[in-house]
Amino acid sequence: MKRFSWFNATSLTLGFAFLYVPMIILVIYSFNASKLVTVWAGFSTQWYGELIRNEEFLNAAWVTIKVAVMSSTIATVLGTMAAYVLVRAGRFSGRTLFSGMIYAPLVMPEVITGLSLLLLFIGIGLDRGVLTIVLAHTTFSMCYVSVVVSSRLVSFDKSLEEAALDLGCSPFEAFRLVTLPIIAPAVISGWLLAFTLSLDDLVIASFTTGPSATTLPIKIFSAVRLGVSPEINALSTIMIAIVTVGVITASLITKQAAVRQARDERMAERPA
Amino acid sequence: MSQTVFAPWENPTEKPLIQFKNVTKRFGDFTAIDDLTQDIFAREFFALLGPSGCGKTTMMRMLAGFEAPTQGQIFIAGQDMAKIPPNKRAVNMMFQSYALFPHLSVWENIAFGLKREGKDKDTIAARVEEMLRLTRLSKFAKRKPHQISGGQRQRVALARSLAKAPKLLLLDEPLGALDKKLRQDTQFELMDIQEKTGTTFVIVTHDQEEAMTVASRVAVMDEGQIIQVATPAQIYEAPNSVYVADFIGDVNIISGRAKPNGEKVATQWAEGQPDIIGTTATKFDAGQEIHFAIRPEKVAISTEEPQDAANRVRGRVLDIAYLGNISTYHVELPTGHVIKAQTANTRRLSRRQITWEDPVWLSWTDTAGVLLER
Repeated sequence: MKRFSWFNATSLTLGFAFLYVPMIILVIYSFNASKLVTVWAGFSTQWYGELIRNEEFLNAAWVTIKVAVMSSTIATVLGTMAAYVLVRAGRFSGRTLFSGMIYAPLVMPEVITGLSLLLLFIGIGLDRGVLTIVLAHTTFSMCYVSVVVSSRLVSFDKSLEEAALDLGCSPFEAFRLVTLPIIAPAVISGWLLAFTLSLDDLVIASFTTGPSATTLPIKIFSAVRLGVSPEINALSTIMIAIVTVGVITASLITKQAAVRQARDERMAERPA
Repeated sequence: MSQTVFAPWENPTEKPLIQFKNVTKRFGDFTAIDDLTQDIFAREFFALLGPSGCGKTTMMRMLAGFEAPTQGQIFIAGQDMAKIPPNKRAVNMMFQSYALFPHLSVWENIAFGLKREGKDKDTIAARVEEMLRLTRLSKFAKRKPHQISGGQRQRVALARSLAKAPKLLLLDEPLGALDKKLRQDTQFELMDIQEKTGTTFVIVTHDQEEAMTVASRVAVMDEGQIIQVATPAQIYEAPNSVYVADFIGDVNIISGRAKPNGEKVATQWAEGQPDIIGTTATKFDAGQEIHFAIRPEKVAISTEEPQDAANRVRGRVLDIAYLGNISTYHVELPTGHVIKAQTANTRRLSRRQITWEDPVWLSWTDTAGVLLER
């Protein structure tokens, strides 16, 4: 057991304060009764009430969720496929190039991703709206799914798939009946990650959106330019809550399920 | 009532179930199987025995369809398997890791292959029950693989691979993980199941005792080639090479020069020592290099000089290994050779007549050993 040290306690407090004080202030002020954001005038939930009556915000929220569900679902399918091929296909020429190319968007500046997508959509004459945002979000979130799923597949006992083939499965059936159920937790947490990423993306969405589709982050950003309102604070608080729940769930599913399944699998094998 | 001996390999009209025809398998530069030709017959319990890396697992994986031969052909029941994927073969495999599906119960694991065949529910249920009974797992049907013991898992793996009543069952080191007692029980269980179901079994193992116990024929492999295929008794008593003699059981090898004399061959092996007289059917040229191999249990040890033995040598006891049922004496000859002699301890609590450093006589008959060219 480590001894308590003032130095450790202080650095921990400072670190967390640095990360979370701005958000906590935002959450607190979302319950402020006053219309002035910086003046505390007592506890109230009126801004949440007004938020619900605000058509524009509700529309934006609806668009955001639609985009997030669609893009994360497509990204999960594509990302899982990519991960499967990269882990399973063994060594084919250009394998390193392929895996590098799948992970590159992780470090690519969003502005560049957004701009390149915008140019593509203009080039092929695609009207910008919900569809283009979905495509754009799929593009950048599928690499996250791919990373999560492939890290699970690396530890997957290949003889399970061979056993499925041996018992009469086609390769696709083997994937559907054996591989997928076993890697499901990783796939789900990949989906949640993609969902959360899509939910709070501003940069790429604003490049690829059109007049018909305004997502919440875009809406908030444009509203804030006219001055911060308590309503925005309330909205942001809700988004923080959703994202927090999403990320925590994703990591819990990955961790717990991975631990449990690793144990199950180890146990299902012969004892060492 | 006399029983006919099961030996289809001696019947030239018998059609083999499996035929390897000049099969070569390379992984990059590495040759795992080198121009191998071998027949395996229906209802055989065929053991592939060899050290790791000898190609035995590759042979099995080619039968299952997970690997394709680089050259040559494999026939199962007369059909060329080159284009047949694993899921279209009437071959099932019991995996070394068992490869039980962790997300399915014991029942579902066994039913897995039957469901793929599209059988109706009642047929599947009946067959699964039958398999559970056969492997004595009925009580554990609802459990998941991680909720049962190692021995039970191994039986689930066996039941799952037998459920589809394959023509051919492949077993990849099936008993390696079990402790010795359980392993021996399971070996007899396997033989029993093999007899009951009439399935052809091909087993891969590096455990010679296991191969000898279960198999109708044993193929001893080395570096991608089969060195000898024969019944366990033939492999043990009449190995065709020093490699096989040495790999199976314990053996004394004495190398020398041949001196043929009719049916008998004398081996000149050391200056000032009498030649070793052996009997052989093979022809040896005079002066040819020859290896005399004799099992320790065929060497008698005594304190007095034996009068009527065809071969006898003097030595000094170097070491004694007491194994309960038998004792092995390591005897050093004046030439520096160390010969192992084994005696059965048939009498309880008898005082050992021979002990360390004692001068002793070793003797054996002229038919006790085999003469090998290589």
